[in-house]
Amino acid sequence: MSRRSAIGLATIAALALVWYLATMPLEWISPGRFPSPLDVWLALQQVTLTGYANGLLYQHILHSVNLVVLGFLVAAGTGVPLGLLMGWSARAEALINPVFLLIRPIPPLAWIPLAILWLGLGDAAKIMVIWFAAFVPSVINSFTGVRSIEPAVIEAARMLGTPRGRFVREILIPAAGPMIFTGLRLSLQASWTTLVAAELVGAIYGLGKILNVAQTDLYPGMIFVGMACVAIFGWATTRVLAGIETRSLSWIQLAEARP
Amino acid sequence: MNALRLQTLSRTETALLGVAGVLLFFGIWSFLSLSGLVPHQFLPAPYEVAGRFIELLGTPFAGATLQEHLASSALRFAYGFLLGAAIGIPLGLLMGWFRVLDEIVSPIFDGLRFIAPIAWVPFAALWFGTGIGGPILIIFAGAFPPCLINAYRGARFVPRPLIEAAQMLGTGNLRIIVEVLLPASTASIVAGLRVSAGLGWQSLIGAELIVASTGVGFMMVQAQLDASTPTVMSAMIAIGLVGLAIDVALRALEAAVRRRGLA
Repeated sequence: MSRRSAIGLATIAALALVWYLATMPLEWISPGRFPSPLDVWLALQQVTLTGYANGLLYQHILHSVNLVVLGFLVAAGTGVPLGLLMGWSARAEALINPVFLLIRPIPPLAWIPLAILWLGLGDAAKIMVIWFAAFVPSVINSFTGVRSIEPAVIEAARMLGTPRGRFVREILIPAAGPMIFTGLRLSLQASWTTLVAAELVGAIYGLGKILNVAQTDLYPGMIFVGMACVAIFGWATTRVLAGIETRSLSWIQLAEARP
Repeated sequence: MNALRLQTLSRTETALLGVAGVLLFFGIWSFLSLSGLVPHQFLPAPYEVAGRFIELLGTPFAGATLQEHLASSALRFAYGFLLGAAIGIPLGLLMGWFRVLDEIVSPIFDGLRFIAPIAWVPFAALWFGTGIGGPILIIFAGAFPPCLINAYRGARFVPRPLIEAAQMLGTGNLRIIVEVLLPASTASIVAGLRVSAGLGWQSLIGAELIVASTGVGFMMVQAQLDASTPTVMSAMIAIGLVGLAIDVALRALEAAVRRRGLA
């Protein structure tokens, strides 16, 4: 084991020990402020077996992950093509960019009340807010990706008379690929933040709903469980995206490995 | 086919297309609203929103005028952002210099980073209440990570010769951090401040939507409960304007740093 991971493990072990000592035998921290490991375990048991905030834990998780993935896909599906188009055509950029600059300063979370006004507390409002949140990073990074392609590559393709479809598939998307994925990663993060916020403001199911109910119930153990789930599933979806990135961009390593 | 970048537009063409884009945007908005395709209650026309915006500057809504709500939001933002910078930057520099500290803090930091700042709301309310303390923790949770990461990266990428020269001259740890690492990583730190201001401002709005009794986010929730779309939209515009002002200020700081040759 490397020195780094050894110290890391030691830190986490020490932290866990301090947590246990401070909350249970020594009672430095009142249980109303921060849960003990036992409280967290009991809360976890309650939400997985008997349910909390209208549902069982797996239902809340499925609901949230489902909405994040849906919203993210809608945002990526519209944002990446728009970014590519704006990078591709100076006319499209000149037409769309000012409107984009007009809307961009409004932070995604500020769309939540409007989304609730328009679509209520259901899933449609959440998808709309995630869409607005995750759209911007996808557009900006795809745009930058196209703009960073070497002009020589484009000229060569033109000279060889590459048809438009092939150009998009074989030059544009691969060359802008790394930047597109940077944008998608930011989009995914934004999706999670927005969903949790939207569910905290008003929802029927979801991890944010657990947090919301736990907050009103003054239930620190359950707050801890909700936060841990947000972190774990945020991390997991990021890993999945990173896996997709390595697979679809494997040509980069191939190209670099060649002499 | 259209060439990329090889195709250049004249200044007037760009300006005309830009104006056309903005007009198209407001045109579609007005059309949807005035034709009744979208119920008027949900989508007021642009001029009605502008009128409401001006009205809100004079008449109080949810206990205060728009600028009073903005002022209390801005104050919270300033506290949380400064706290994030004051802890994040020194800690990042220290982690960049002392390897042990890096190895101890990194696992904790990486674990906490995956918690969206907004998910701290319940604990923030439990620990610090919903007045000013709670929202400050949320802003801090948004603003702290970019400060730390950029200071750390800046410190790690300081050219070796600079550090070696300082060490050869017998400079102590503290002086190396303050006089070598800090100036050499200023550009990275300022870039981090911009990201962190954006995230902090956005986290604050989220926090105010959920727990607060003043502030522009609180005002939006009240307007939403009243089903007053023009008020919600006015608040969104105000939030956008303040966010823009913060970004412009930090951009100016970035430019000033570059001019002074610190970058």
